[in-house]
Amino acid sequence: MNQADLLEKAPVFQLKGSMLALTILELSSNELDRLDIQLAEKVEQAPQFFQDAPIILALDKCLQSAQPLDLVRLLSICRKHGLHTLALRAEHPEHLAAAQLVDLAVIPPSGARERPLAIAATAETATEHNFTPARIITQPVRSGQQVYAKNTDLIVMAAVSAGAELLADGNIHVYGPLRGRALAGINGNLEARIFCQQMSAEMLSIAGQYKVAEDLRRDPLWGEATQTYLNAEHLEISTL
Amino acid sequence: MSKIIVVTSGKGGVGKTTTSAAIGTGLALRGHKTVIVDFDVGLRNLDLIMGCERRVVYDFVNVINGDATLNQALIKDKRLENLYILAASQTRDKDALTVEGVEKIITELAEQFEYVICDSPAGIEKGAHLAMYLADAAIVVTNPEVSSVRDSDRMLGLLSSKSKRAEEGREPITEHLLLTRYSPERVARGEMLSVEDVEEILSIQMIGVIPESQAVLKASNQGVPVILDEESDAGQAYSDAVDRLLGKEVPHRFLEVQKKGFLQRMFGGKE
Ligand SMILES: Nc1ncnc2c1ncn2[C@@H]1O[C@H](COP(=O)(O)OP(=O)(O)OP(=O)(O)O)[C@@H](O)[C@H]1O
Ligand SMILES: [Mg+2]
Repeated sequence: MNQADLLEKAPVFQLKGSMLALTILELSSNELDRLDIQLAEKVEQAPQFFQDAPIILALDKCLQSAQPLDLVRLLSICRKHGLHTLALRAEHPEHLAAAQLVDLAVIPPSGARERPLAIAATAETATEHNFTPARIITQPVRSGQQVYAKNTDLIVMAAVSAGAELLADGNIHVYGPLRGRALAGINGNLEARIFCQQMSAEMLSIAGQYKVAEDLRRDPLWGEATQTYLNAEHLEISTL
Repeated sequence: MSKIIVVTSGKGGVGKTTTSAAIGTGLALRGHKTVIVDFDVGLRNLDLIMGCERRVVYDFVNVINGDATLNQALIKDKRLENLYILAASQTRDKDALTVEGVEKIITELAEQFEYVICDSPAGIEKGAHLAMYLADAAIVVTNPEVSSVRDSDRMLGLLSSKSKRAEEGREPITEHLLLTRYSPERVARGEMLSVEDVEEILSIQMIGVIPESQAVLKASNQGVPVILDEESDAGQAYSDAVDRLLGKEVPHRFLEVQKKGFLQRMFGGKE
């Protein structure tokens, strides 16, 4: 075999599985004028969030009305407000046909866990006056236990076991080994961080971006004192 | 002041009943009036390990249902003056126990006894919950393996949130960890978690480390709690654990791999 043939055979791609945390825009009505107005209001609250944001457009919960859905217009409204539609989530034959016409991928409705994403408000509207003190836990958080710090930071001054779960709308601090799951900024706060003295976590997540134990174990900082934060939608782990 | 102590684990078959019998007997040996209560309805075997199975007339469920008085159901130990057993029912199922029934009887026992030892069934369901609900202290029994340690962790979480003390916002249950079936040889070969590993994972103080020992099986076949076999390593380790429970500081033994002495090498040592 000559050089050229060998080159031809050398792989130029690799297939990889991955789990992405994506925002889903779930439409409950096909009144597109109202969508246009309401999206504009949301964008005003959190412009960065909508800037070139990839989304899944879900039509499976959309109430059917007399007039058929104008998919092309729907897509352009989304685009106008900064949203890139990656795929449709739909099952209705009419929607499937429309998707095929504009060459858009379709995923079936899933039973997966989803929760409403409240977008963090911008500085002006932030509730600076309603200060919520951090939630402080001094006892170990054990397997099967879940602690949630609503609208604030969570501080744990003991070990967090494998099988335990920490949730916070704000930051999470763990002054002990973190062996369970920690989800900071669960209401969409992209600025939230996770600080811990020994990162041996089962999962770390910030505003829906996450890494699971399999990835974390390969991290050179496994077992070290770390902080975890979002850098352009990418979860970064660095030493403290 | 009476003290209610639950012996619990989450995972089954780790040595709860063996421990309840040994600790209860050890407390009685030191002069404390003690009762051991079998909460394992349907699978009773505390009476077998205590060697009183032929003297069970009434059981825990009979007392709850009012078929017998507490004093009719209490079985006096034949070896020790101040030791009693309350057997579990063999024929009923776990639903025979109710929160109100258990509370009434355990409170009554606490008036008569210095120590009430509750031998919990396995699991984290109703039976285990009832056994720990009224406790002042807990002995969490663990084997040096990952699944057992994980279950103990789960149980420690429940102790801190699902007990009567937690519900009433009183001081939490005092937690003790007892590591049993410990084999220094297997730890050295990396087949088992070490004492340090387990302490690190559970971040709780160790009240005893009981070695894996033939003496346990022998004792339970004879219906004699292993703590009464003073020659045995397991018996001595349980004895140390009772001292620690009573607040004494005693160094841990049987943690190192035993080097066989000359005579043992020549003639084969006893286990
Ligand atoms: N230190 C030990 N060395 C050797 N064998 C032991 C030791 N401790 C317990 N065992 C054995 O382990 C088995 C289970 O013990 P035991 O009945 O005390 O456990 P348990 O936790 O009460 O079980 P269950 O969950 O079924 O109630 C028994 O066969 C017992 O003899
Ligand atoms: Mg048992």
